[in-house]
Formats: sequence, C-alpha cells, structure tokens
Amino acid sequence: MPVQVRGEVVSVRRAGQYHVLTVTAPGVPELARPGNFATLAIGDLDSSGLILRRAFSIHGVQSRGIYGGTIDLVVADSGPGTHWLVQRRRGDVLDIVAPLGKPFALPRDPASCLLVGGGYGSAPLVFLADHLRARGCRVDVILGASTEEKLFGVLEAKRIASTVAITTEDGSLGGTGLVTDHLREAIERAKTDVVYACGPMGMLAAVAGIASDAGIYSQCAVEESMACGVGVCMTCVLPVIGDDGVTRMLRSCVEGPIFRGDRVRWADVGTIPPDTLGAPQVEGRTS
Amino acid sequence: MTRAVVRQGSVAAAAPNIDMSTRLGPVGLPSPVLTASGCAASGRELDQFFDITSIGAVVTKSIMMEPRSGRATPRMAETPSGMLNSIGLQGPGVHAFIERDLAWLRERGARVIVSIAGGTTQEFEDLAKILRQHGGFDAIEVNISCPNVADRGQVFACRADSSAAVISGVRRSTDPSIPIFAKLSPDVTDIATIALACVRAGADGLSLINTTLGMVIDTETMRPALAGVTGGLSGPAIRPIAVRCIWQVRDVLPDIPLIGMGGIRNGADAFEFILAGADAVSVGTVTFHDPSAPARIHGELARLASERGFASVRDAVSYAHREPEPEPESDDDDLGLPEWV
Repeated sequence: MPVQVRGEVVSVRRAGQYHVLTVTAPGVPELARPGNFATLAIGDLDSSGLILRRAFSIHGVQSRGIYGGTIDLVVADSGPGTHWLVQRRRGDVLDIVAPLGKPFALPRDPASCLLVGGGYGSAPLVFLADHLRARGCRVDVILGASTEEKLFGVLEAKRIASTVAITTEDGSLGGTGLVTDHLREAIERAKTDVVYACGPMGMLAAVAGIASDAGIYSQCAVEESMACGVGVCMTCVLPVIGDDGVTRMLRSCVEGPIFRGDRVRWADVGTIPPDTLGAPQVEGRTS
Repeated sequence: MTRAVVRQGSVAAAAPNIDMSTRLGPVGLPSPVLTASGCAASGRELDQFFDITSIGAVVTKSIMMEPRSGRATPRMAETPSGMLNSIGLQGPGVHAFIERDLAWLRERGARVIVSIAGGTTQEFEDLAKILRQHGGFDAIEVNISCPNVADRGQVFACRADSSAAVISGVRRSTDPSIPIFAKLSPDVTDIATIALACVRAGADGLSLINTTLGMVIDTETMRPALAGVTGGLSGPAIRPIAVRCIWQVRDVLPDIPLIGMGGIRNGADAFEFILAGADAVSVGTVTFHDPSAPARIHGELARLASERGFASVRDAVSYAHREPEPEPESDDDDLGLPEWV
C-alpha cells in the first residue's frame, strides 16, 4: 500500500547523463520492493503549471541511517518537470507517493537470473539483484545504451553480478550493438531460468521474444506515460493477455509496471487489438 | 484499515467552527467536496490516501452498458496548468461495475453519485433501469458529453434537444427519489440554454463543466499528440471558464442544485465556485497531482469560509451574486475636494 509523504532532498548527484536523487521518504523503504516506483509532484500548483507527477522506478532504499529512511531515484533531465527536479538541492521538500505498482516476481527457490537494462532502465535492477542474491540466486547482467554516457549502474552491477556484459550502439563502451545481440548465448551460458528486463519498449519486446523462444519466463518493467500513477486516470494502458486468454487494456501503474513478457502484446502496444475485451466493433461486422 | 497519509499540515490545526454540510436536492451531504467523474475511478484507489467516506460523495467514472477498451494510446498530453485526455470511456460495463465497484463503495459506507454514459438515448435509459434495480447510490450524474451515435458522433450536450431527450429518458427510468444531474459541456454557444432545457426535461440538478475540447500537436513527430487526435482539456487552465459557466447558469436558475467543477486545486478555488453559485464542487484533475486533494480541499475550504465569516458553507452559495453594498455615507469632515481629484 502506497503512502504520500513529504521528503527532504538529501543529495542530487550526477551519474553519466543522469542524476541520482536521494530523498527522505519516511516509511517507504520498509514497504518498497524491486520494481516498485515512486511519483514526485513538480512543485506546488500555486507556483507550478506542471500538474502531473513524474514517475521513477526505485533504484535503492536505505531503511535507517542519519536521515532515517531514504530512497534513491534516477532522473533523466529530459523536460521541464525533470529539469526542475534535478535542480533541487539538499533540504528542498518534495511530495512523494510510493511505493507504487506491482514489484518484480521473485523465484521461490534459488534460480539463475539474467537482468537486462537499457539506458537508465537499469535503475531498478541493482535493487532487484540485491534481493535475488539474498535468495541465493545467480545474477548475470547485460546493460546497454546508445552511448557510454547513457549507461547507468555499470559499477554497481559489477559489484553484485556474476558476469556483466556491456553493449553500446556506437561502441563507446563494451561491445558494439544492442543488448539483445548476445542474449541467446548469455541465456545458454548461465543456464538462465528467468530474464528480468527494464528499458525502452522495443528492447522489452525483443527480450520477451528471445526469452519465450528459449522457453523461459521474462519479467518486463514497462514505461508508459502516466498521469496519476495510482490507477485512477486510465492513461497508461497497454494490451495484456490474462490468465483466461482474454486481452484487456491494463493500467501499467497498478497492474504493472512489471508484466510477464509473454503476456504483453508488444506489437500491438499503442493500439486496441480488435479482440480486446470491449474493443470498438469493426465497421460492417456489426449490424 | 490504516490511513496511509502522512502529510504534514494536512490535518487542520483547529477544526474551524463552520457547518460544512450541503444539499443536492433531497440528498444531504456532510461536505460540499466531491470527486470528479473520471478522476477517481470508483474510489478504491484514492481510499488509500484519504478516507473517502469523509468527503461529500464519490462521483464514479462514467459507466456504459458493455465493457469498453477505450481508445488507443497516447491518451494524455500535459499542457500548461492542465492536461488533455482522450481515454474513450474505458470501463468494465454496468454489470461488473455494480457487482465490484458499487458493492464495494456501499460496503465502505461512501456516498455515491453514479455517472452514466451512452451512445444512444436508449443506452442511457437502460443504464438507469439497471441501476434502479440494484440501488445503493445517492444520485446519478448523466454524462451527456459523449458522442451521439445517431448524430454523426456529435455530443448530446452540444444541443438542447438531444440533451433534453437523454435527461427525460433517464428521469423516467430512475427512482423518483433519486436526483439526476445533467453534466454540461462548456463547448456550446450559450450554456444557459442547455441548462434550462435539461431542467425542463426533468434534471434535478446540473454538473458543470465537463472538459473543453482541445488539441496538441507534437512538434517532434509533427503529428497530433493523442491517438484520438482531439481530447478534453482539464485542470486549472479551464477554471475561469468553469466559474463563468456556473455564474451564468446560476443567474437563470436561482434554485436548482449545481455541482461545480473545472480546475479546482485548493480551498480558495472551491470557494470561488461556491460564491459563483455551486452547492457542491467536484475535484478532478488535481487528484493526479495530489491523491489526497479532496480531503485537503475540504479542510482548506472550511478554514477559508469560516475566516470570511460564514457559519455554514451553504450561506456562501451564490454570495458573489448579491446586490452591491450601498455606498458608505460621506463623512462630515469630508475635505470637499473637487471631483476630479
């Protein structure tokens, strides 16, 4: 269950092209699980014209310490709202709602887990790796981005994972290409039981497809644009196949953001597939 | 269930001495602050952030007869002090709504205003009949701002005759003790004309305003930002339009219950609607910014109305319409300055 709290900025530090925001969030670290996200208000509405909260997957939590409970969020300075956030300074107050969304499902027994992150989609993966390792799981990591500056979490991944592979599209670090280029070999080498992925939709679609071909589960964290983050606005929907085989437009904020890769209709994201529950009737087919 | 909200300053330091109850026709409410249809789903999600039984009522997302997938994404674009949305009334259909959502709201003890939407006058009537069989709600809000299948997809609310046809159908099909509210669109030449037509057709009250039609073009892709091309604009950006609509409708209908909505952020904004003539207010888009906004706004409104000297929030309804105060008598020791000073 999420809480709405006022947090104080502890630090904003640069990490490549991104910023890591550490903010106090009383009560949140104890509740947060890997894959959960937090939303932040962009100022108050007396001074800000940006009415929508911004959502960030939780990168890490510290339950205690000199600041009490804090959470770490990774912010890409990509618009007026995130620009305002990265300009916050120690002591500034933020309105936080967290933890939100369904977390990654974790294997009950020790398993071999492959974590794939694209860009700053790697933000929740270190948090996830900690939990997987605590359960005795093997953890391998593949991180990719268009260029070195857009990679995130390489050092942290090296600290915790059995192996770390890096790819960049321009070859500025690691192998040249995409994270999916060597995914099949990585799955074979590590005898992977489950793939966890977070990154752009195109990457998730490719990872989910390769995992399905290999006969293993994938857990994908989707990034859909959201207005509320708490399940009321119906903005962040995508077509997902349910246990009953029926496709529904599910909210990524409350029914996700983690979905089984084989359940999301990746090719149809951004559309209403005609066989979706309640889809508009096709012209001419109905009386 | 424990309340999750830990918002400093959201709890009133001292409860102001003011009666916050209001009436919507036969329905008494302990607070004039309601949720807005489409911004609170069916209350369950927001109940994590504030006690939904503490506000006036939950106005549920418009329900239609059958399950609906809604429109393709993107469904939303942020705009200055607002947002544009084109959801397409995604919902589970009335039967699932009654079994899951209405049943939960009833068990939770919330007051409920059910919003209904239809593509035809008949669908509105059928929805009213089905709801009548089940009961468990306090009022119906009729969302006539949806496309009329029989009229090239023009929204019912843009014409007096189509609005009146829906309202009279719903009124006929609803328990006479349950008030029905027509939710009006601001996208009309004269909202008072539509308001009068709805009341003549049997509306017990009016809700205004729905979103106003807008459009955003993404300058990167150079295409419309929404999959639905156009969308409804909501949020503080439209508040002055909404206040104007309440004012104009109150002028022609001095006694009809009005629910005001459109960009309310805080207690002062809610107070503005009440002064313009609203008996109650719905808080919508701001809940996306602050999920505990309805409860916060209730507290802020109570403090502000009390500070302005009102013993009951109902006394503030339409207060801005009062006759101008008489000019104060000129003082005896008037300096007698010439008029042009």
